[in-house]
Amino acid sequence: MRGSTRRGAVVAAAVGLTLVLAACGGDDDGGDDSGSGGDGGSSEGPTGSVSINSTQPENPLIPTTTNEVGGGNIVDAMWTGLVSYDSATGEPGLAVAESIEPNEDFTQFTITIKDGWTFHDGSPVTAQSFVDAWNFGAYGPNAQLNQYFFGPDGANIAGYDAVAGQTDDTGAFVEGSATAETMSGLEVVDESTFTVTLGSPNSLFETIIGYSAFYPMPESFFTDQAAFIEHPVGNGPFEFVEEVPNTSINLTAFADYAGDPKPQVENIEYRVYADLDAAYADVVANQLDILDKIPPVGLAGDVWKTDLEGRSASEPLTTRFTSMTFPLTNTEAWADPNLRKAISLAIDREAVIAAAYGPGNYVPANSWVPPGNDGYVEGTCGEWCEFDATKAQELYAQTAGVQGTLLISSNSDGGHREWVEAACTSIRETLGIDCQGDYDPDFGSFRARVNANEITNPFRTGWVADYPSIQNFLAPLYTSNGSANDGGYSNPQFDELIRQAAGLEGQEALDLYNQAESLLSEDMAIIPLWYDNGQRGWSTNVNEPQFTWKGYVDPLSISVQN
Amino acid sequence: MGRYVVQRLGQMVPVVIGTTFLIYALVWALPGDPFAARCGDRPCPQNYVDRMTAEYNLDDPLPIAYLQYMGKLLTGDFGQTFSGASIAAELAQRYPITLQLTLLAILVEVVIGVAAGVLAGIRRGGFVDNLVLVSTLVVVSIPVFVLGLLAQVTFGVRLGWFPVTSDGSLYSLVLPAVVLGSLSLAFVARLVRANLVENLRTDYVRTAIAKGLPRQRVIGVHTLRNSLIPVVTFVGADFGGLLGGAVVVEGIFNIPGVGNMIFRGINAHEGATVTAAVTVLVLVFMIVNLLVDLLYAVLDPRIRHV
Repeated sequence: MRGSTRRGAVVAAAVGLTLVLAACGGDDDGGDDSGSGGDGGSSEGPTGSVSINSTQPENPLIPTTTNEVGGGNIVDAMWTGLVSYDSATGEPGLAVAESIEPNEDFTQFTITIKDGWTFHDGSPVTAQSFVDAWNFGAYGPNAQLNQYFFGPDGANIAGYDAVAGQTDDTGAFVEGSATAETMSGLEVVDESTFTVTLGSPNSLFETIIGYSAFYPMPESFFTDQAAFIEHPVGNGPFEFVEEVPNTSINLTAFADYAGDPKPQVENIEYRVYADLDAAYADVVANQLDILDKIPPVGLAGDVWKTDLEGRSASEPLTTRFTSMTFPLTNTEAWADPNLRKAISLAIDREAVIAAAYGPGNYVPANSWVPPGNDGYVEGTCGEWCEFDATKAQELYAQTAGVQGTLLISSNSDGGHREWVEAACTSIRETLGIDCQGDYDPDFGSFRARVNANEITNPFRTGWVADYPSIQNFLAPLYTSNGSANDGGYSNPQFDELIRQAAGLEGQEALDLYNQAESLLSEDMAIIPLWYDNGQRGWSTNVNEPQFTWKGYVDPLSISVQN
Repeated sequence: MGRYVVQRLGQMVPVVIGTTFLIYALVWALPGDPFAARCGDRPCPQNYVDRMTAEYNLDDPLPIAYLQYMGKLLTGDFGQTFSGASIAAELAQRYPITLQLTLLAILVEVVIGVAAGVLAGIRRGGFVDNLVLVSTLVVVSIPVFVLGLLAQVTFGVRLGWFPVTSDGSLYSLVLPAVVLGSLSLAFVARLVRANLVENLRTDYVRTAIAKGLPRQRVIGVHTLRNSLIPVVTFVGADFGGLLGGAVVVEGIFNIPGVGNMIFRGINAHEGATVTAAVTVLVLVFMIVNLLVDLLYAVLDPRIRHV
């Protein structure tokens, strides 16, 4: 008897579980119908819900410390700055600012902001909102990731040094060295006006302050940061609803948004994907509405064109640039410009792209600034970026050559091993020297070695522009003390031209930037490889969305199909 | 029985300490600066790196840093991820999902596995037997990630029977659970079949048949019950394997479970996250195995825990 009652219990439990399962299966027949119209009754105003692929934000949603894509896209949807960039051209235009008046040498700017802007919590956007946010971002002890945007590498606001504090010889922050909490260059004139004094002339100031580090912050942020991190408050077209950690971040259209155009979609779900392949499968099955990047699984054999027929697009991105950099400070091996030129000549960029990414998915570069940016000149790299086996061999013969095996360092993930292998093949066949990849398993380990200046052979360098300007492709990367000058390239003439250009405007400035760029082709310390193309797809639930100059979806352009 | 349980619980302490130390040491020993990748193609501001280094005690020697970590852990403070989120909250949110997935997988593996094993065992050499043998062979020889992608494309994208990725509903976990459980299902089926075939030849079965008991009762009660002991052992041990296998399946189906968390933690060098997730994993695993051992006594009264 004992046996049978136990068996009964087991069977009952199994049946129970099955019933639970069946019940759960039943109530969700439609699956996730993201983006299916929504119920916004009125004909005006935002309607519907859409989902967009995202990654888990790596930092709290505070503009001054968000510097990666996952958080950056959400911050950009939740905030509007003084200036915003036109989504198609990247051209800066006034947003919250009514006017930005420079003095004649671009060292002082008077900024007036428009009336009627409020934060999502109802508090007004004032001059103080900007000044406080910028001081917070620059203050050393706050350790904000975007701190340098307020310093010499960005806007260079007067008094930055005192606020940022100092670092010692090893680069460690000196405790207590930040002597002020506010930058002397920022002055609030009245409720809606403030002046900014810069440490050096900068005609690009208006462009730079469109970057997310310069967004305003509501008063509540400064009184209770913890509460703010739980529920961030911006002044942009979409307001924060909730975060389901590691699953999604949900925004809804802000009814009192003062900017233009207004949001067309009511709810946006930024859905977190650990693996882009899963997002791709979802968008193919119409269970995700917008995918801003097609993973290799879709690019291989161009299957994305058939999988997403009529709902996908590809266009060149104006913001990304991949190059190979020679280290110049920790070794003498690459001091000869002819050697660097010979290696550049020996790389058949077209063939490498075809082998590593599929033909046409990237564009061979022959300049240090991608097309589409103001001041782009085709072919500044000239003959040195064109594959020419004979010339490469001739030039190589004049140099001391490469000692031993030529190594190219990169991280092996993210599709980089593929191009390094292909480039090595091209160099090996052209110059007849040994060439090998030198890989780190991930981007972190690779960057750690680059930052420590440990790599003594050419290595991969990539760049994603912070703001749409030719200056951002040159100054941080190639000036002697640029924050992203990984190879230690230093050319006083280049530095001088960049410095002068910062004090000029329009064509005059562009001319100087172009002159500086042409110096790069004489030295070839950084050899251009290619510009990116952006491929994206969307579901049948939405109309074709627009993508920003950065290559991410513009939330204001999203609308659901009726 | 009570004493046995206490004894077993006591044994867990050194195991937990040992595993957490190993995991903690290994994750922080991963090559590369955990903060180097956090600022794209330029170095992070030094004060940011300093603050993070201090926050995770990375300047201290490993044993000290570990002790500091464990000290916090004992007071229930699991620490924070690099993005400042509470790890404890994340665990609380993710564990139920992974447990649901794992339990579903076990359900699939036990229900289908035992049924297939019994059907194959009672008619040895028959059509069903061969069918089970061949189909389990196929399942065993395909790696989980291939099976997962195949199932996702076939049943999710093409046929549309299941959601392609997890949408939070239990239903969306069914397909991943079948994939996850399929390998063990094959083992269970073969295990049940082999045991059943063997037990059907034993004396007590012959006695039962001679006594005139109906066939269902002979197989269903006398034979199957004895054949299930190895299966229970297997399923208990497999529980840990399934939790581990969830890393792959959760990635394919974008399920926000612990596997995903561990994977992301390892990639980001977040020692605190990985250690916390794995510690709980170890605890769950040990408790399940304790339950399994107790279950033996239920299945076979001759086994007594004193």
